[in-house]
Amino acid sequence: MSEATAVKEHISHEHHGFMNTYIFSLDHKMIGKQFLLLGLIMLLLGGGLALLVRWQLAYPEQPLPLIGASQHYLETGEAETAMDSYWDSELSKTEDEQGWLVQKMPVGIITPAFYNALFTMHATIMVFFVVMPILVGAFGNYLIPLMIGTRDMAFPLLNMLSFWIAVVSGAIMLAGFFVPGGHAATGWTGYPPLSTDPAWTGVDWGQNLWCISLIVLGISSLMGSINYITTIINMRAPGMTYMRMPMVIWALFIVAILLLLALPVLTAALAMLVFDRLAGTTFFNPAGGGDPLLWQHLFWFFGHPEVYILILPGMGITSEILPVFSRKPIFGYKAMVLAMASLAFLSWIVWGHHMFQSGMNPSMGMTFMITTMVIAVPSAIKTFNWLGTLWGGSIRFTVPMLNSLAFVSMFVIGGLSGIFMASSAVDIFIHDTYYIVAHIHYVVFGGSIFAIFAGVYYWFPKMFGRMMNEPLAKVHFWLSFIAFNCTFFPMHILGVGGHMRRIYNPMQYEFLQQFEHMNIFITMSAFALGLTQLILLFNVFHSMFRGKKAGDNPWNANTLEWTAATPPPHGNFDAIPTVHHAPYEYSAPGISEDWLSQTNELQPTNGNGH
Amino acid sequence: MSQVSTVETAIDPVESPLTPDSSGKLGMWIFLAGDAMSFGGLLAGYGALRAGSPDWPVPQEVLGISLTAFMTFLLIVSSLTMVKGLSAIQNGDIKGMIRFLSLTVLGGVIFLGLQAYEWTHLMHREILFTSNPFGDYLFGSTFYIITGFHGAHVTGGVIYLAVLAIRGLQGKLDANNSSIVEIAGLYWHFVDLVWILVFTFVYLI
Repeated sequence: MSEATAVKEHISHEHHGFMNTYIFSLDHKMIGKQFLLLGLIMLLLGGGLALLVRWQLAYPEQPLPLIGASQHYLETGEAETAMDSYWDSELSKTEDEQGWLVQKMPVGIITPAFYNALFTMHATIMVFFVVMPILVGAFGNYLIPLMIGTRDMAFPLLNMLSFWIAVVSGAIMLAGFFVPGGHAATGWTGYPPLSTDPAWTGVDWGQNLWCISLIVLGISSLMGSINYITTIINMRAPGMTYMRMPMVIWALFIVAILLLLALPVLTAALAMLVFDRLAGTTFFNPAGGGDPLLWQHLFWFFGHPEVYILILPGMGITSEILPVFSRKPIFGYKAMVLAMASLAFLSWIVWGHHMFQSGMNPSMGMTFMITTMVIAVPSAIKTFNWLGTLWGGSIRFTVPMLNSLAFVSMFVIGGLSGIFMASSAVDIFIHDTYYIVAHIHYVVFGGSIFAIFAGVYYWFPKMFGRMMNEPLAKVHFWLSFIAFNCTFFPMHILGVGGHMRRIYNPMQYEFLQQFEHMNIFITMSAFALGLTQLILLFNVFHSMFRGKKAGDNPWNANTLEWTAATPPPHGNFDAIPTVHHAPYEYSAPGISEDWLSQTNELQPTNGNGH
Repeated sequence: MSQVSTVETAIDPVESPLTPDSSGKLGMWIFLAGDAMSFGGLLAGYGALRAGSPDWPVPQEVLGISLTAFMTFLLIVSSLTMVKGLSAIQNGDIKGMIRFLSLTVLGGVIFLGLQAYEWTHLMHREILFTSNPFGDYLFGSTFYIITGFHGAHVTGGVIYLAVLAIRGLQGKLDANNSSIVEIAGLYWHFVDLVWILVFTFVYLI
């Protein structure tokens, strides 16, 4: 990168005023923080929806204490008359006159239609508006230029647009809650014919807005991935060869390629769905010669790479943090990179494992079963290399480290339950049960969300120039870890017991009544898990203003972002750094310190020659 | 830090053969890869629906092949004029570039006009988005969604190239920033290439 271009670029978008600094900023660091804020707000919302779902499962058709009549009121008998008069007064009104909450939750009881919208929107928001914006949008934007040693993204304007289009998409998605007929209620997978015909779910514009929002989000994500790939290929600092890139940059690079190639397929399918709903075509409607399975093929052809989009950045963050707090080079750097690349490749040829029970040709099921089982190989390479990194290390149990260790262990549990499902014979039994719910949450919460925690705790000092409160962070970690396992582990048992997912009232089925206590236990754990996240929010906002001042390199880490000032100024570096080493030269022989910055020109006397 | 970079002489060069100046070109290639996937999604859906249909009409009997063959020829010629336009600006010949870009835009506009003519003609024969007297309804649905999506790309390309031609008239383009024209050319050739696939799968096979 020629210095002259960089300086010119630096000067050309110098900050002016509040709007350009905080709202329509072109600076990758501000855009990264904006994505982080968007993700955290949506996390509160998505988590709240999940808690409503849990309330209904543990206490089916009972009023939610905060919103409906109090328990005491119900028990004293006066409730009958109170509720009757409440119902009478509300039912005499037309739908337009009733309040929003009354339509969705009369006397605090979640209606079946609203319940369907709740679990649909919980998944949609968590996947598209929490994990993707934080892992890809926030960490991607913040870390890529800093860690490859450049001043900004290749296309800063595109970057800013990418964020604001994501905001528009989020606004369209949230608007769906307030249209007549309620929000999309088909599950986040939007299977037709349920999703094509408003008569089936009673949902009209909710589903349309759901489709339109995701099409808009596809545009935002396309802009983001073009930016990430171009920046990583073109703008690395001198000496930053591909094999010297930090693992998280590799992960984000691979994820950007997956996003680039996967989301347009979803966009094409969504466009067809919108035409089915609004223009009367029958792409997915068998009544007009269409094929509902076509949607499943297109959706999961996008959807499986999407799963890796959610987990690969988490793997990258973990691979970043484990060596720093083991004070050891990462075990098998090249194998780690190749494992991620092969995971990404395999993700394109396994989509049929979501469709074993769809009526697809069983011989195709066999093919998909084998390709899915193969995924265990790169996953195991990653897991054993993480263990190899820890082995014999001088481990420091800091908060980022604790969260990364949680990532590794929860990913192992989630990965193992995945192998059960990959077997098409076993899947006949556990398909569409809570076993699936347990698996996805072990991977996406136990994996991605713990990686988000780890990443926030690790890079917070660089982002805001202050340390987070460590005792509070440890309390948050341990409570989260325990509550997470109490919430999701019993779901395996529910699933094997035949508890269907997306079910409104399990107590209707005699064989599920035995699970009532387990459901109550899960719900209490889930509320504990939800409340615990308030500690994180408090810690983030409190430390942002009141935390202990952080130095430039509080963790004694090697990668380039720690050579920049804290917090990094516009343009990141005084001069573009020159890279002399691989990113994980910890405890190198012949050097007095136990770390060796990538910019340090010293050569270890006895190193492995990177 | 700067001291380090002056002391160090044997720095590994960045592996990429591309220079930062070519970020726009790389970005366009990446965009086209993503866009190819959206056409791929539509064409794959088309293939699956057609393979599963008992009464899919034979395209040659319903659609006018000779007109479309001319449209295809037109797009290929417009790709040629695009190449000529780029080569003109690379040699510093701004007038030549404006002339060839205008011809390319003209080719795109005629293509869109013929497509509009074709669509109205088909609609007169009751081949609509949701109905088709010659067999499977989905014939019309897939036809319009695929050709429409491509037509939208041609429209975008026509606007894109027209803007470049105007910037040429204003004297804002010269041999030093000819990469702007090259990047637009990549997009235009992609739209052309996709049409050849659409023509093959939707009209010929």
